[in-house]
Amino acid sequence: MNFPILSIILLLPAVGAAIIIAFPWLQLRGIRMVALAFTLVPLALALTLYILWSTGDIGFADLEEKRQWIPSINAFYHLGVDGLSLPMVLLTTLLGSLAVLVSWKVPTRQREYFAWLLVLETGILGVFTSLDLLLFFLFWEVELIPMYMLISIWGTGRREYSAIKFVTYTLLGSALMLTGILALYFSTGSFSMLELANLSSASLTRQVLPLSTIFLLIFAAFAIKLPMFPFHTWLPDAHTDAPTAVSVILAGVLLKMGGYGMIRILVGIFPQQARDFAPLAVALAVVSVLYGAAVTLRQTDLKRLIAYSSVSHMGYVLLGIFALTPTSLTGATLQMFSHGLVTGLLFALVGLVYDKSHERDLRRLGGLARQMPIIAVVFSVAGLASLGLPGTSGFAAEFTTFVGSFTSPNVDDIKIYTLLGMLGIVVTAGYILWMLQRAFYGPPQEKFGDVPDASLLERVPIFTLMVAAVLVGVLPMLLTDVIREAPVIARVGDVLALWPR
Amino acid sequence: MTPGLAWLIFFLPLISFGIIALILRPFFNDRPRLSGYLTIASIASSLGISLWLLSTVASEPGRRLVTEPVEWMSIGNLTVTMGLNLDALTAIMAVVVTSVSLLVQFYSQAYMKDDPGYHRYFAFMSLFTASMLGLILADNLLMLYAFWELVGLCSYLLIGFWFHRPTAAAAAKKAFIVTRLGDFGFLMAILLLYSQRHTFQISELLTNETAVALAGASFLGMNLLIWAALGIFSGAVGKSAQFPLHTWLPDAMEGPTPVSALIHAATMVAAGVYLVARMFPLFHHPEAEAALTAVAVVGAFTALFAATMGVVANDIKRVMAYSTISQLGYMMLGLGTGSLAAGIFHLFNHAFFKALLFLSAGSVNHATGPFVMRYMGGLRRLMPWTFSVMLVAGLSLAGIWPFSGFWSKDEVLAHALKERPILFVLAMVTVFLTAFYIMRAMFMTFGGTYRGGAEAAGEHGAHKATHPHESPWVMLGPMLILAGLAIMSGWFNLEGRFSAFLGEEAETHGFFGSLGQPLALGSLAVAAGGILLAYAMYSARWIKPEAVGRALAPLYTLTSRKYYFDELYEKIFVVRFLLNGVFAVLQFFDSYVVDGIVNVVGWLSLTLGRGLRRLQMGQVQGYGLAIFLGVLAIMGAFYMWGR
Repeated sequence: MNFPILSIILLLPAVGAAIIIAFPWLQLRGIRMVALAFTLVPLALALTLYILWSTGDIGFADLEEKRQWIPSINAFYHLGVDGLSLPMVLLTTLLGSLAVLVSWKVPTRQREYFAWLLVLETGILGVFTSLDLLLFFLFWEVELIPMYMLISIWGTGRREYSAIKFVTYTLLGSALMLTGILALYFSTGSFSMLELANLSSASLTRQVLPLSTIFLLIFAAFAIKLPMFPFHTWLPDAHTDAPTAVSVILAGVLLKMGGYGMIRILVGIFPQQARDFAPLAVALAVVSVLYGAAVTLRQTDLKRLIAYSSVSHMGYVLLGIFALTPTSLTGATLQMFSHGLVTGLLFALVGLVYDKSHERDLRRLGGLARQMPIIAVVFSVAGLASLGLPGTSGFAAEFTTFVGSFTSPNVDDIKIYTLLGMLGIVVTAGYILWMLQRAFYGPPQEKFGDVPDASLLERVPIFTLMVAAVLVGVLPMLLTDVIREAPVIARVGDVLALWPR
Repeated sequence: MTPGLAWLIFFLPLISFGIIALILRPFFNDRPRLSGYLTIASIASSLGISLWLLSTVASEPGRRLVTEPVEWMSIGNLTVTMGLNLDALTAIMAVVVTSVSLLVQFYSQAYMKDDPGYHRYFAFMSLFTASMLGLILADNLLMLYAFWELVGLCSYLLIGFWFHRPTAAAAAKKAFIVTRLGDFGFLMAILLLYSQRHTFQISELLTNETAVALAGASFLGMNLLIWAALGIFSGAVGKSAQFPLHTWLPDAMEGPTPVSALIHAATMVAAGVYLVARMFPLFHHPEAEAALTAVAVVGAFTALFAATMGVVANDIKRVMAYSTISQLGYMMLGLGTGSLAAGIFHLFNHAFFKALLFLSAGSVNHATGPFVMRYMGGLRRLMPWTFSVMLVAGLSLAGIWPFSGFWSKDEVLAHALKERPILFVLAMVTVFLTAFYIMRAMFMTFGGTYRGGAEAAGEHGAHKATHPHESPWVMLGPMLILAGLAIMSGWFNLEGRFSAFLGEEAETHGFFGSLGQPLALGSLAVAAGGILLAYAMYSARWIKPEAVGRALAPLYTLTSRKYYFDELYEKIFVVRFLLNGVFAVLQFFDSYVVDGIVNVVGWLSLTLGRGLRRLQMGQVQGYGLAIFLGVLAIMGAFYMWGR
């Protein structure tokens, strides 16, 4: 196909940012409209791609784009999507446009704000569509700058500290990943994820570093991003101090870069090393789930509570990935998508509650269901999705992950790890229901006497995400049918069978 | 008519929920009665189809209709289908659920009249009925689990229906979390079974091959078949409020009373019993003897344990709640003796008489205001209909001939005597206590003189009324129908037809013949003793209850404080041990160790940088000196270690 649709999806938000900066006479309304248009069109295009794929009118191979980029080092501008990346692109474009709506009333320096928000979207989309490791790394870094600006300028609380912590922590991972990518390049002469797929040290003529070392270097970067215990402490700080829309993006898609990278690069290129490392990764996953849930239960700040819950929920992603079966990897991907919708929604809701009541401390909140019934209903649905109630995306994702992990032949004693991880769903029910009870139930409080409910504009993003979370829960095959097609997921069993344990 | 029609049993109430939530509540908020009508119409249709299903299944030689499942989702080795399990057990349960639900919804129209949440109430009730029917109809464990959780959700939503009351909100949360604890085991069992056969299809999982395969492996000294059966049972323990996960059900009485009647007496709490019955071949396998014993022991113990708390409760709904826990224990005991029919027959009868007891309690509350029996009394004359039907239900619960409870309770006792004599003794003690506590409640509520109701209680409830009056016919009608069932539903098994339908043989002696049996006479005598004692204490007052309370003070305190299980679980385990113990340590560890290291690394690099910055002083002399010293050092090194 000659029509470079992926490039268009990828670059439109950046073009929007350029327009916002280049035309200083644009008024606030114009800026908003540009931002909305340049995020809605990529969403529409991504949806079109998905529909054309499901009707069988296009195949993923048709979408691939490959151009010379830096010929001297064999680096290409190489884009493509498959069953793994398409859901991530859908999620990013969806949350990208909703983030613009969530930011509609951002109080200061709107021009820069929306420009950075759009650049951020391009950066993330680049990560999900690159098939060239160097390009992947470039986009991985591009995303940091807008994040730093958005948190440190429009954030709250200790925003400087949180922004710097986030950036340096990620950069530390990036440095390790770059080392890994370069070592891989000097060993093979290629940056292409497709060419490097299923590497085996036996087939390499020279090795700059052992493949297992390269694996660990790259793993570190993704583990920080995911985040995995014990590299998670940047997350609650960044989340808590970021403006609402940025929290939505951060929880919704940024963390997924870690899980996506693990599947695409670690499982895709280093399947043997991934299996060797799996026992440790699975153990850390279970620790993340339980430890994350335990610490979440101690939080009293609404936003921080949800931030910590991400540590726990992303632990399931790690579990599913390193169980290394098609079912578990599909479950992990579905869990990423589901967590993106649900936690994105929860952050949007917390933003609304805080904007209206000026209170985020659960010890002082209460009875808000009377004042804001709509927010209370949506918050409850989001909470139930988060605790994995059947009929919501959370259940479909967690259950698939559990089944895939429990039956995995790749890790010893994984049945026990899976069961331990499942204990997390009980604790999750604890903190979610406690949160709902403290914030919304109980007698209405006088100090919130005339607090308004969500306005019409505010309802758009929260209703959209709620409907999406229920839709994915009731019809998970909408996503699993495409996810299971991703070569890295579909063939993981056959690939590992080549090198018996 | 095709078997596929049975899907409608589940879909009709679901559609009703959808219409109320998406159309009636947003656009017809000022016409709440519509929701009630719609719910009733949809459930009535479901009842009609359920009755058709029952008669069709009964006329099939194999007592099973076959439908093709629909593929739902498929990834790798995981294929999920949706299908219907149309056999005798399902048909019976569907009729019980739809009939009780229909009567309760009818009653609710008056009970919930003028409640601002009228739409919401019927939306949740529709959703509950749909989920409960889905649970019963499901032909695979995943689907069953999904609806299992959804009925739990509806229970949560309806217990917390009056969410502005802190106690209701807390009770809803407690119910959900405690049952989820049991669900953990259920989920484990599903995974275990799945890992053997790579299917969730119940019919395939209950084959002998699955059982043998599971029994072949063991973990921690128990074979996996026992683990799987115990996992299933743990889900049932949570849902059916059996010891030790019984604590949520008494608190669940915070919900509206019709909700208690439907969800927390007749249907949802019985889902645990249904689940064990559904998976019965797993328990009944020779290799899983331990699991079946566990069911029997837990059931018998819970029956007695809950009854002792029912004896001292002063809130009429709580008496009923303990009674429900106790009766569910009976059902478990019935299953645990190896007789599926005994357990299910008691479930069947209990659904009607216990729903009626709750609706009667609701009727009393509607008239007087409070639920605390201390403020009632003398209502026999003021509410003759309510009194009569509640008496019927009470006698049925007490197991008095010829009311329905007598027949199924006798069935359970007979099996217990044959299979597990020790547990039989516990069950007989429970018979005594049951008769005592239910008649105590009757005497306190209806006997003596009126003690003031809401005014005396100092309450300002929605249903406050100074002059108690009989409830309207919208409420009495369903109660009268249930009274009919509470008398007669036990007669279905007079010739052993009920048991035969479930594929078992019952010992039958006919309507009057049963009275000639020593066991029946014995249990009747014990129950009569319980009634007599209640009469002596609470009506004739030959024995002063206060004096008994003082004489047995430690025992009284222990039972009325529910054996301190709430304190043990909530205050000691959850708050002290977890929240302020382990979790607090973890949080400290997280802030000061995990994050501390991060901050120290950050601080180190800053400090190091600040130190190193001094070297870049910008003075050429300084750099010159450094170069000179450097050259000297290199030369020195060269001379010392050179070549």
